[in-house]
Amino acid sequence: MGFDQYHEPPEELPPATRTFARLCASMTEEAEAIGWYEQRLAVETDPEAAAVMRDAVGEEFKHFSMDLEFLLRRSPTWREIAQGILFKTGDIVEHGEAAEAAAAGETDDDHAGDGTGSLGIGSLRGAGR
Amino acid sequence: MSNHLLRSHAPISDSNWTLLDDEARQRLGVALAARKLVDFSGPHGWDHSATNLGRVRPVAATPCDGVTALQRRVLPLVEVRAEFAISRAELRDDDRGATDADLEPLDAAAHQIAVAENRAVFHGWPEASITGIAEASPHQGLQLGNHPSDYPRPVASAVEQLLRSGISGPYGLALGNEQYKRVVETAENGGYPLLEHLRKIVEGELIWAPGMDGAVVVSMRGGDFRFESGQDLSIGYLDHDADVVRLYLEQTFSFHVATPEAAVPLKA
Repeated sequence: MGFDQYHEPPEELPPATRTFARLCASMTEEAEAIGWYEQRLAVETDPEAAAVMRDAVGEEFKHFSMDLEFLLRRSPTWREIAQGILFKTGDIVEHGEAAEAAAAGETDDDHAGDGTGSLGIGSLRGAGR
Repeated sequence: MSNHLLRSHAPISDSNWTLLDDEARQRLGVALAARKLVDFSGPHGWDHSATNLGRVRPVAATPCDGVTALQRRVLPLVEVRAEFAISRAELRDDDRGATDADLEPLDAAAHQIAVAENRAVFHGWPEASITGIAEASPHQGLQLGNHPSDYPRPVASAVEQLLRSGISGPYGLALGNEQYKRVVETAENGGYPLLEHLRKIVEGELIWAPGMDGAVVVSMRGGDFRFESGQDLSIGYLDHDADVVRLYLEQTFSFHVATPEAAVPLKA
């Protein structure tokens, strides 16, 4: 049994950290698999084989996303930075810098914390009168 | 690091920005009536320019024979801005710990941009390609009446029209400034507040909608009305002199009615 996912002696690590490390390792494996399938699909000429692999890589997308969501739930700062970057249009690097600064409590263009300067009002459904 | 709002270029302290943002958020949260009733999509960012309608129009001519063409129809987002100026002396007093900074220009701008949003959603804005809820509705002709004690009957009729059209609840009732004022001031026979009576009829929210004419009963089941936000409401920086800082409230949005029959306007 391998313990490569631990960088420190496992017996010195608290259970929550060991779980966190296992999910990090799992997510790394899923990302590697996605990369491998991307390469295989790029060279595969048999359409039936390609269809099977496209279906398989969908599983890896799901596994990677589940691992990521678990880890983000366990790491509020990671989650806060991710919220400033993921599923947004525009400049990724700019969003990343703004999200990192917001998570660190710095102030710049953004005082609402989402990297855009928005007041963060959004939907008001359920807000009453 | 800076974006199009240029906030970092303003001679405004972090504490001042917090004061201004909090004040704007508070004022807007009260007055933005449409967002309390319709679906909200976004914010999709400053560079989001159009809403996909999923529809096409024919293109008459093509570059060569043997091909046909259709052009996608989209709803362009509109940029709405309300400018205001804040006294730098007031901001310096805020830094000193004053708790009563004069932010009236910001309050007025917040009210105006909320009125613009409400009017666009409820009554439309042809110049910005927006059709409003009241104008789109096929249910026309109901009158609120002159006296607030008359209101329950047309509101109940509106709910009945929605039910007959197969539009389920919960429903919301948005009331213009004058109509809302009359409702909250009125108690029916026996002292039962009219506000509560109307709330029971619609089985949902009763909303103050500054900028709206009359009232409208709207289904809140979802999927009928879509407000699409690009840049959500934000404060940006224009310029400054020794006395004032000129700022603005700005947003980009589109609005689309998917189910016109899901609302019944009530004329004042």
